Amino acid sequence: MYLGKDMKNFSGNVLFLDRDDINTDEIIPAKYLTENTKEALAPYLLEDMEMEEFDPAIDIAASQAIVTRSNFGCGSSREHAPWALEVNGINLVIAESFARIFRQNMYNCGMLAVEIDKATLDRLVTRFAGLGTTVETDFESSLFTFASGDIEEVVPFSISGYDRELIHAGGWVNYADSRY
Amino acid sequence: MGKTIAEKIFDAHKVDNPSGDIRVIQLDAVFCHEITTPIAINDLVKRGKDRVFDPDKIKVVIDHVSPAKDSKTAVQGKILREWARRHNIRDFFDIGRNGVCHALFPEKGFVRPGYTVIMGDSHTCTHGAFGAFAAGVGTTDLEVGILKGVCAFHYPKTMRIDIRGTLQQGVYAKDVILFVIGTIGVNGAAGRVVEFTGPTVKQMNMAARMTLCNMAIEAGGTSGICHPDETTVKYLWPFIKNTYADKASALASFQSLISDPDASYDQVVEIDVSDLTPRTTRGFKPDNVVAVEKMEGQAVDQVYIGSCTNGRIEDLRTAAAVLKGNTISEKVRAIVSPATPHIFQQALDEGLIKIFMDAGFCVTNPTCGACLGMSNGVLAEGEICAATTNRNFNGRMGKGGMIHLMSPATAAATAIAGHITNSSLFTN
Ligand code: SF4
Repeated sequence: MYLGKDMKNFSGNVLFLDRDDINTDEIIPAKYLTENTKEALAPYLLEDMEMEEFDPAIDIAASQAIVTRSNFGCGSSREHAPWALEVNGINLVIAESFARIFRQNMYNCGMLAVEIDKATLDRLVTRFAGLGTTVETDFESSLFTFASGDIEEVVPFSISGYDRELIHAGGWVNYADSRY
Repeated sequence: MGKTIAEKIFDAHKVDNPSGDIRVIQLDAVFCHEITTPIAINDLVKRGKDRVFDPDKIKVVIDHVSPAKDSKTAVQGKILREWARRHNIRDFFDIGRNGVCHALFPEKGFVRPGYTVIMGDSHTCTHGAFGAFAAGVGTTDLEVGILKGVCAFHYPKTMRIDIRGTLQQGVYAKDVILFVIGTIGVNGAAGRVVEFTGPTVKQMNMAARMTLCNMAIEAGGTSGICHPDETTVKYLWPFIKNTYADKASALASFQSLISDPDASYDQVVEIDVSDLTPRTTRGFKPDNVVAVEKMEGQAVDQVYIGSCTNGRIEDLRTAAAVLKGNTISEKVRAIVSPATPHIFQQALDEGLIKIFMDAGFCVTNPTCGACLGMSNGVLAEGEICAATTNRNFNGRMGKGGMIHLMSPATAAATAIAGHITNSSLFTN
């Protein structure tokens, strides 16, 4: 029913954020809630997050996907968190788990939030973190291909049929507008 | 198999079942404020879909930063104001007529038993006190609500919390809900509706039930909900008297909604509050709840009485009863924000505002203000606030600030003492 013309891009360079519980205040601090466009949030993504070997000024511009740990996006319900990612060209987050509202907000925006088991994440972090890694997403076949130099790993994923339709539609506004 | 109140509401509002347990439901009300709505409006404009599904079902208020504190918040108000005007949204509450959304909208009679309500605000769960399904959502859900009058949720699972026992003098709904959150934890109700039942809830007035439901989200609940009864009918009567022949027929209609005796629950928790003493929090998580006496002597820099949790007239009366004839400690500053203009007026008429001012309180206009650390009482790094609000997250009232949540009685007593202490109303 959807042509997929509004479907986002889920491939590119990977930013590893190897930590649990990264909250929405770290993703986008509350003081920017007075901004009235998504684009205005762009410079502030992950501004207050402190992590070794992470420099938002350099790492964000170079990335299109995030691989992180458990409970990503916890804290407030602000949709500014996925928007701040989106306006920086990051439409894919892979994590062990997500906070419920953050995850829903991602799909509502036509963005992909995928859960991967801990063992696989451990392996990806060990094999690829710090190496300049890319991920190629084959959405229809539900496969991620991680690659760095001549190392490669294919990781299958699964999401619900409804979430898949939201992605095809480019988000909940398009989906609801065409159906209700 | 019987149904819970939330299931009955969902079944009565079903539009679609796109997959699994996802239900798209029709909305009876979409509430909007100036922090989360402008981006939805801008996006609708950009898509060429600047429309609203029904201007009479959309209720709009500027409340979070009011009056505007700077150019950016002024623009947020402007976007909301112009949008409400161009779509003939009659229930738009501008500066002066505005109050904290979750106190103002019930006061205007906008929530009814059996309603479905969304807002881009996590404390929308407050309205469940009326027997409605009311949930906080993100801005995209809000945008679709505005455009189409629908929203998608998982079919509700319910956690029932049965509360029994008569509250001791000086112990309030705030102490009860803090105790509940302390018991079940910040994820204790995750992904579920929290149904508050039992004789203690039955005895509570609507203000107290709103305080209970308000903090369901602090336990991870999608919404709080209470069974509508005589108390609900009495509160709503001025707004529904043309709809029902008499109060008995309104009650009969509302009670068809309440959960069936054989409804199935995801979990049932029983709580006896007979011996409950006043509660407060320590640290940055709302489930780190302790008895006030455990925190006795903890110095504070600021006391804040207000918010959608405890800024109602009942709360101001309680705080004033503690404050009457006293002045606040030299070591603290204290702020009270009546949650709506009507509450402010009542507090004036009843002489409460004079009591607050004589005690040394700063009385502010109705607004969310300090509750979310955007205006009217932001903390400096390292400062401590005793507050009747609902969130004690790190930095909530200002970067580096610490919040102790408590009832209005405890907050008033703390203002007098300059440190956390039980109120004179609690004589155990
Ligand atoms: S008073 Fe506080 S918790 Fe309530 S709606 Fe306003 S900011 Fe949110």
